[in-house]
Amino acid sequence: MGGDEDRGGLLYGPQPDVAGAAGYPDAPPRMGFFTDTSVCIGCKACEVACKEWNAVPEDGLELTGMSYDNTQGLGADTWRHVAFIEQRKPFGGQEPGVAHDDVDVFAAAARLGTDAGSPGPGSTAPPPGQAPAGAPAGRISPLSPDGRTELRWLMASDVCKHCTHAACLDVCPTGALFRTEFGTVVVQEDVCNGCGYCVPACPYGVIDQREDDGRVWKCTLCYDRLGAGMEPACAKSCPTESIQFGPLEELRERARARVAQLHAAGVPDARLYGESPDDGVGGDGAFFLLLDEPEVYGLPPDPVVTTRDLPDMWRHAALAALSLAALAAGSFVRRPR
Amino acid sequence: MSGPDVTRDGVQGARPGRQAPTGAHAGRRRRRRGRGRGEQPMVPDAVFSSYYGKPVLNRPTWKALDIAGYLYLGGLAGASSLLAAGGQFTGRPGLAAPAKLGAAGAISLSLAALVHDLGRPARFLNMLRVFKPTSPMSVGSWLLVGYAPLNLAAAAAEVAGRYRLLGSAATAAAAVLGPAVATYTAVLLSDTAVPSWHEGYRQLPFVFAGSAATAASGLALVAAPAAEAGPARRMGVLGAALELAAFRAMKRHMGLAAEPLEQGGAHRLLRAAEALTAGGAALAVLSGRMRDRRLAVAAGAAWLTGSAALRFGVFHAGVASAEDPKYTVVPQRERLRARGR
Ligand code: SF4
Ligand code: SF4
Repeated sequence: MGGDEDRGGLLYGPQPDVAGAAGYPDAPPRMGFFTDTSVCIGCKACEVACKEWNAVPEDGLELTGMSYDNTQGLGADTWRHVAFIEQRKPFGGQEPGVAHDDVDVFAAAARLGTDAGSPGPGSTAPPPGQAPAGAPAGRISPLSPDGRTELRWLMASDVCKHCTHAACLDVCPTGALFRTEFGTVVVQEDVCNGCGYCVPACPYGVIDQREDDGRVWKCTLCYDRLGAGMEPACAKSCPTESIQFGPLEELRERARARVAQLHAAGVPDARLYGESPDDGVGGDGAFFLLLDEPEVYGLPPDPVVTTRDLPDMWRHAALAALSLAALAAGSFVRRPR
Repeated sequence: MSGPDVTRDGVQGARPGRQAPTGAHAGRRRRRRGRGRGEQPMVPDAVFSSYYGKPVLNRPTWKALDIAGYLYLGGLAGASSLLAAGGQFTGRPGLAAPAKLGAAGAISLSLAALVHDLGRPARFLNMLRVFKPTSPMSVGSWLLVGYAPLNLAAAAAEVAGRYRLLGSAATAAAAVLGPAVATYTAVLLSDTAVPSWHEGYRQLPFVFAGSAATAASGLALVAAPAAEAGPARRMGVLGAALELAAFRAMKRHMGLAAEPLEQGGAHRLLRAAEALTAGGAALAVLSGRMRDRRLAVAAGAAWLTGSAALRFGVFHAGVASAEDPKYTVVPQRERLRARGR
């Protein structure tokens, strides 16, 4: 494929000292996020806290009709996005025989409130989270005897990955995007001229242009709060500690332990995403514990920083330029008549 | 919003890609292909998961007219500089004059398009705050800062008919930078995560080089006297061959990312580009044989439009590939699978 070799960790490959490589001689430890989606409850406190703290404008009040997620994705005015996925899959082990294909939901709906077995005034329906007493468990109840449901909801708070090799930063022609001493990636809004190059460069679809303003915006990992020794607003507001903030090394250890714990608890789907320094972007400064494949959450399964291939691109362009010059020179050579 | 209807017989009218995807191995949906135009698929239907069909990448914010126009005009200018210098130093003033004026006009327009596309045009000069080899846009800006004034000087000397020595020097210098101006724009597109721009990075500079040669030759055929148009004709024919061959090679090497080049509006533009480039070459050869000026003008017009259609086609194909998660997810999945994960 070309370009898979290590380029001294400048454009590609593991880079244990991002801040150092960016010119900070004694930088503090690299800071990041570990987002453990297994405990996310989809409350969107992080989205709100981010907007409040960073004064991010409203990003459209729409109902998407696709799920409970009306935010849809990251962009100039959405720096945290809580994805919401509904799946026909139990959270833990599979419970056979809990399908209720033979139930006529329309007939059941027509009986709402008139039937002692249906929800409504005077009903005998069980409280949520419990199978109805005496019901042939596993036949008509959506609940299996241990209270697990047939559906599962996945929720995940997405954010800028603060890549080790950040394509957005590499391609920015003005130097508006820069690496902070904490190893994070931040836009300087007084420098950005809105050329928009970073937008298609980001392999995760994070950074975007604000239409009325022309400049690009994204998560700063609360650079201002970090400087004052505080944690980012989203992590602060997260009620379940799904968003954890700290030195990246520490977070990686904690994440590995959490995956082992989940595997032991019978959640074989649990896996880490973006934590490995060997991946295509040299590891994410903000990484995740997911319960399904990344693309289910709208994340690219194997992102590669585009500038990995840049030296090769320049070589090919130089060769093409020479060909063009040769082609022109050849056209002026007088042919014998 | 017209969503799917739930009826007794199940869900009807559900849109592909909007269904909640399920699990690692169950329920991967077959996505209905393309825009339903009955085009021949290049690869078998891809099966993949996505977040309700939402794109993984953010759509490029570049406006087609500005940026595809910028690519086109940059190519036209770059190769025109070569014709200008060639004409100047081989004693073909009738070829050199329109080439110089064309290069100066095209590069001025292309700069205007670039500035117009900025979210903050007043901050254009921020491009020159730093020089970053990792940013093709930075490299390009510096290139243009050197190249554009040379062209303007060469054209001004031509029009004024004075300062000939200065004009010649500027013409020669512009011809040195011209090829880089014509091909760096391929790197500009390729150095992104957009599948249909990135995957062709090895061949795209050659496609653009060929296309630049046809555009500049087209302009020369329209504007230069027949007696001096021979080199332009030859350069255009060689350029057309390079463009067509490199474009085919590129599509073969792009895998799934070649598909957007074969679909919808991009496909129509690229088909037109191919036909115009090849047709222009045939007309040019014929005009050389028959010494017919009308044929030369027709060939030139075909090359000029064909080159523009190519840039717009490549531009739109890239945008389409960014808007469909398939082109991001499927090749990456395959990569992982090949690595045994
Ligand atoms: S996720 Fe995108 S925007 Fe964030 S640092 Fe990486 S490339 Fe830049
Ligand atoms: S839009 Fe702004 S931040 Fe993005 S590449 Fe251009 S100047 Fe840099």
